[in-house]
Amino acid sequence: MIWLTWRQFRIPGVAVFAGLAVFAVILAFTGPALAHDYATGIAACTNESGGCDEFLRRFFRDYQNTFLAFAALVLLLPPLIGLFWGAPLIARELETGTHRLVWNQTVTRTRWLTVKLGLVGLAAMIAAALGSLAVTWWSSTIDQNAGRDQFARLSSVVFDARGIVPIGYAAFAFALGMTVGMLIRRTLPAMAVTLAAFAVIQIAMPTLVRPYLLPPTRATVEITPAILDGISLGAGRFIHLQAKAPDPGGWLLDSHTVDASGNAVEEIPLTASSGPCAPSGEPRESMAKCLVEINRLGYRQQLTYHAPTRFWPFQWIETAIYFALALGLTGFSFWWTRRRLS
Amino acid sequence: MTAVLQARGLGKRYGKRWALSDCTLDVPAGHVVGLVGPNGAGKTTLLNLAAGQLAPTAGSIEVLGGRPGSSAAQLAKVGFVAQDTPTYAGLTVAEHLRLGARLNPGWDAGLARGRIERLGLDPRQKAGKLSGGQRAQLALTLAIAKRPGLLILDEPIAALDPLARREFMQGLLEAAVEQELSVVLSSHLVSDLERACDHLIVLVESRVRVTGEVEELLATHHRLTGPRRDLDRLPADQQIVSASHTDRQSTLIIRTGAPVHDPAWTVSQVGLEDLVLAYMNSAAATDHRPLLEVQR
Repeated sequence: MIWLTWRQFRIPGVAVFAGLAVFAVILAFTGPALAHDYATGIAACTNESGGCDEFLRRFFRDYQNTFLAFAALVLLLPPLIGLFWGAPLIARELETGTHRLVWNQTVTRTRWLTVKLGLVGLAAMIAAALGSLAVTWWSSTIDQNAGRDQFARLSSVVFDARGIVPIGYAAFAFALGMTVGMLIRRTLPAMAVTLAAFAVIQIAMPTLVRPYLLPPTRATVEITPAILDGISLGAGRFIHLQAKAPDPGGWLLDSHTVDASGNAVEEIPLTASSGPCAPSGEPRESMAKCLVEINRLGYRQQLTYHAPTRFWPFQWIETAIYFALALGLTGFSFWWTRRRLS
Repeated sequence: MTAVLQARGLGKRYGKRWALSDCTLDVPAGHVVGLVGPNGAGKTTLLNLAAGQLAPTAGSIEVLGGRPGSSAAQLAKVGFVAQDTPTYAGLTVAEHLRLGARLNPGWDAGLARGRIERLGLDPRQKAGKLSGGQRAQLALTLAIAKRPGLLILDEPIAALDPLARREFMQGLLEAAVEQELSVVLSSHLVSDLERACDHLIVLVESRVRVTGEVEELLATHHRLTGPRRDLDRLPADQQIVSASHTDRQSTLIIRTGAPVHDPAWTVSQVGLEDLVLAYMNSAAATDHRPLLEVQR
């Protein structure tokens, strides 16, 4: 049975792993160069007057596209596995009628499915693990430094392409494709349905589920530059604040400004035309003056967020959820194969 | 008579439709048994149940003393060539033999290789590139070389040309004799079965219409032709299978163990095909169903 599984899986299996190997070679060549660029740049900018902010911005801008492309590859790997490894696994046999050949060899359906699922499922998880590991390694410099604000490790694109969650995604996508194929009994429609279902789940997870996997931290804090992502003020308009998570790399779920009595407000009734928030002299100083006034008036920012230290707890919880889903589908397909399929 | 296959009140339902219902039959051991019936009689369902491809909805079925498909040991005992003789299009002939060797502990590699050589199949050829006849032969080789006690074939030659049919049936019969196999073979074409089978089961609407050894069936069935008359006055040992009348003449097919003495009848032999058709038609007539589709 192992031989037959390998013989059937050879072409799609080798294709994916060959692709991964090429990808790994590209990463192996560009990764050290990236680390070198960063090290020399950081060493040089410490002596410059403006500090390293400018260098970090430039560095991230230079590498942003590659960084996102690599993350996208890791994101695409699980659905590809679901489509090309999972969906045809049983559907192809049912479609061509070969299940009636193979189920009549001296092999029970349970063993037939165990070997197929075991081998290909394992390959799926290994492929995802290798992809994630390579990209996590390549991106570590950007994750920890230059890209920390724009692409926090907890934000959806980065989180999904790092650590161990891709393994869970791959296991689930594979089980999903296999189950859908078994129920639909046609390879192409099964691939389409698998893709649609997986996409819906992958969008629902970070928006509807992940924020509540652990209770978020709520805090009412003084308004300081550290928590401000932006401040909009102009002549004749009131001030509107845009906050960010207090720790760099944190994940902000919700924020609003409250006044001295604790009521949420959209805007702070100060304008740039006159008063303490009117521009005067150096922008950094005038901004500091404005913030002092805002805080003096009793305005605070209420933040709901996850600290960046939650990265690994979230990774474990989410991986466990996807593994549980994959196991559920697997159990169902064993039952279905034994009892219902013919 | 020992039975290789025993069905008792066997039924299989798909949704609301019963593909087979309340089927009771015995298939004797050591025969090449032809299972014949019109389309939709439940032949394929019955054979799939016997091979363990399906699980019954009602009743029970036993094959060589076990529940079909219940264990690897049970699977080893039954060779099955499914309808349209499926093979893996992307695998070569040699790889199919390897598949058989890997998946069957009782695999007879010499037998399989010998058959492939005799058939003149190129081991390096992909099964998808084989002709229908060659593919059927490959599927048969796989089923035989696992050395089953019972070989089940579901309309294996329906899609083959006449020459390929003859070759396939020859190979099947040789194997059956050499290995002392019991064989159950379904078809809606009686002519295919006539040469090969020594036992016949006619299945219509899930019911066994008639079963018996071909020779005996032929010896006990007669066609009677004579002036039109009332059928109630036939001797008690003459069982009417079918009757047709014109204004002046009656034609009957009867089953009887005794000779026909009535001088009013002209007695003639009934061929197997006519015999089977008579039973199928009688089923249609008695059940007031539309005439069954009979293909030639």
